[in-house]
Amino acid sequence: MKIDLTDTTASKINKALVQGRRAIGTPAVGMVLTMVIVTDEENAYDSIKAAEEASHEHPARTLVVIKRHARTPRDRTRSHLDAEVRVGADAGTGETVVLRMYGEVSDHADSVVLPLLLPDAPVVVWWPVDAPENPAKDPLGALAQRRITDLYTTENPQAELESRARSYAPGDTDLAWTRLTPWRSMLAAALDQARVPILSAAVEAEADNPAAELLARWLEARLHVTAERVVTAGPVVTGVRLGTESGEIVIDRPEGPLATLTLPGQPSRTLALKVRTTSELIAEELRRLDADEMYAIALRGEAPKETPDHV
Amino acid sequence: MTSDWDYDWDNPLRDPRDRRLPRIAGPSGLVIFGVTGDLSRKKLMPAVYDLANRGMLPPGFSLVGFARRDWEDEDFAQIVHDSVREHARTEFREEVWQQLSEGMRFIPGDFDDDTAFEQLRRTVDELDAARGTSGNYAFYLSVPPKFFPKVVQQLKKHGLADAPEGSWRRAVIEKPFGHDLASARELNEIVHDVFDPEQVFRIDHYLGKETVQNILALRFANQMFEPIWNRSYVDHIQITMAEDIGIGGRAGYYDGIGSARDVIQNHLLQLMALTAMEEPAAFDAASLLTEKLKVLRAVKVPEDLGKHTVRGQYAGGWQGGEQVLGYLQEDGIDPKSKTDTYAAVKLNVDNRRWAGVPFYLRTGKRLGRRVTEIAVVFQRAPHSPFDSTATEELGQNAIVIRVQPDEGITVRFGSKVPGTSMEIRDVTMDFAYGESFTESSPEAYERLILDVLLGDANLFPRHQEVEESWKILDPIEEYWDRHGKPAQYASGSWGPEEADEMLARDGRSWRRP
Repeated sequence: MKIDLTDTTASKINKALVQGRRAIGTPAVGMVLTMVIVTDEENAYDSIKAAEEASHEHPARTLVVIKRHARTPRDRTRSHLDAEVRVGADAGTGETVVLRMYGEVSDHADSVVLPLLLPDAPVVVWWPVDAPENPAKDPLGALAQRRITDLYTTENPQAELESRARSYAPGDTDLAWTRLTPWRSMLAAALDQARVPILSAAVEAEADNPAAELLARWLEARLHVTAERVVTAGPVVTGVRLGTESGEIVIDRPEGPLATLTLPGQPSRTLALKVRTTSELIAEELRRLDADEMYAIALRGEAPKETPDHV
Repeated sequence: MTSDWDYDWDNPLRDPRDRRLPRIAGPSGLVIFGVTGDLSRKKLMPAVYDLANRGMLPPGFSLVGFARRDWEDEDFAQIVHDSVREHARTEFREEVWQQLSEGMRFIPGDFDDDTAFEQLRRTVDELDAARGTSGNYAFYLSVPPKFFPKVVQQLKKHGLADAPEGSWRRAVIEKPFGHDLASARELNEIVHDVFDPEQVFRIDHYLGKETVQNILALRFANQMFEPIWNRSYVDHIQITMAEDIGIGGRAGYYDGIGSARDVIQNHLLQLMALTAMEEPAAFDAASLLTEKLKVLRAVKVPEDLGKHTVRGQYAGGWQGGEQVLGYLQEDGIDPKSKTDTYAAVKLNVDNRRWAGVPFYLRTGKRLGRRVTEIAVVFQRAPHSPFDSTATEELGQNAIVIRVQPDEGITVRFGSKVPGTSMEIRDVTMDFAYGESFTESSPEAYERLILDVLLGDANLFPRHQEVEESWKILDPIEEYWDRHGKPAQYASGSWGPEEADEMLARDGRSWRRP
């Protein structure tokens, strides 16, 4: 069911949530986290849809913060908050509150969000677009254990990436990194089979692809080689080549979900490497909520300080 | 493959801090004997596909089917394709299917056909060369136990059981693991003659269920349950596995075996061991085995088996709106059969933690509904400041682990009824897997097949456990053979009256699950 509230406050929204739950007959719920989505009106629909799909795996209270810009100077001075409370079938497996903020209140979004967080449950903030310069220092970001940004939606990914590396705090993560998990696990599996030292590396991708840059940095940090960045027509990352004494290990994905894996001295074989949907990426993000140290290493492009215990 | 195999080689792309990378099985292949059977089509092949779809299988993973059919590789691929389409848990994706189907081979032949096993050996070598399976193979014996000796002997004869240096060979077998202690030992000897005990993985698919693994998490990762998990607070424990179906087409297998051998010996005693065991030193196969064995050895069968065990047979009647036949009227069943389709036993665990706390185990076919659960029922509060009218409707507190369906945990306790002056009634608090971690729960077989490929034996009972379990059940079966016959119970009910009387004698009653 949906409850619309205009010119409202956090405590009225809390009442509406309880009222909504009572009405559909499930007063106790097994939600595991609060997800805060900070977005503009344009991206709100898709983000909410992705979050609701991901909520099938991780039932969550989703708070959508939309900062609105009024058209007239008079309206801009008037500060107010509208809310749309969705529970039950309208909100995936959890609850969704869409918060539209006008005027001054949009600078104090954290004051609205804080009373609406689930007690004692982890908080995740996701900026589908327009992530702050320093996510951990942002008032909303500071409430969260996990802060999800997306380098794919920035104007200048390379510069953004450097800025993320500078402001990194434990709990930061980026969907460009999440998109790499299938690539990274296949590369690790390929190396499980090849079991030889790697002498060179190359990442092939469309121009300015932030995931490709992260992948190259990760390979450099782990393999202690310089990874060549090769620009191709795309889409996204199209291939990785690792040089060994006996030949190249290649994962090649020119287009579509089918990739080819070639190991030295073995016939090539096909691999499924699908480009995943946003909801799948978000679901993966929510599986672990502790700091992603490997992301930090890839982001900074630094080699590991000590020799870690390999698995 | 490189010839200078370095087993201690560290993969620089793997790191314990990198938690996103899934547990992918190393280079390997799976050979399924009896690949045309029901289990293989409905469970094994879909599970293999689901693993591939989740990216858990290594590139080059190969699946070899062995059965007595006149098939080509393509026919086999078609059968796998159809069963995956119909039974897989995850969505069908063409690219995953392509990756998988490239590594599929089919070997036609009988189990005593030397040429077929010779062909299997060549196929394994060919796959090693072409797909980099590195000599790592699991042999899944999805065949009736009478064929086990033949198949393992053939594997040995054709050199398939011996792993080349630096690789592994594993055997996977399904229940029944014998029908009594003697036959179980015989079976173990046959298998261990060819495969070492660590190489043999016995599938008890119950142990692959998330809820069963959660028993250990619930007990040993939390502080609030373990202090009361003993004779000072627990009154008794009920473990139930009920099915609503009859024996279906399994008459040939079921008659003479019965529900106690089919279910109590493996599933229920495993659940009991996990519920009752002490904390293992570590979460690894050896420590778990030690603790499970310890508690199974402490199990004592009651002296008077006539009073504390019950068996039954379902009679014809109505179940869930459908008219059904009684067991003795089923096709292929001897009308004088004494096979039990319902069994309930009381067991005691003679150790400091459980002395005097009975464990009631029951299983049956054609019962009210399909449900498996473990109910830990607590003692009443030793003193109540409320008068007896206030607590008239208050039952005993309980923690119920719901294994299937509707996986989760229920806690039952008393709460004040709102609006009354003081009236206390039972309420339940629920944790549902479907609520907190929906959809991510993989099927039991997915988990178990992956564990076999990874060599992780935590969730597989070892031969010692199988033998201990038979030692518990054998005296009961012997007693049943010599005394009386199974009680009849109406289909769709919760078992024979005798079972209710059995608990009533102890001043207790069965939960309605």
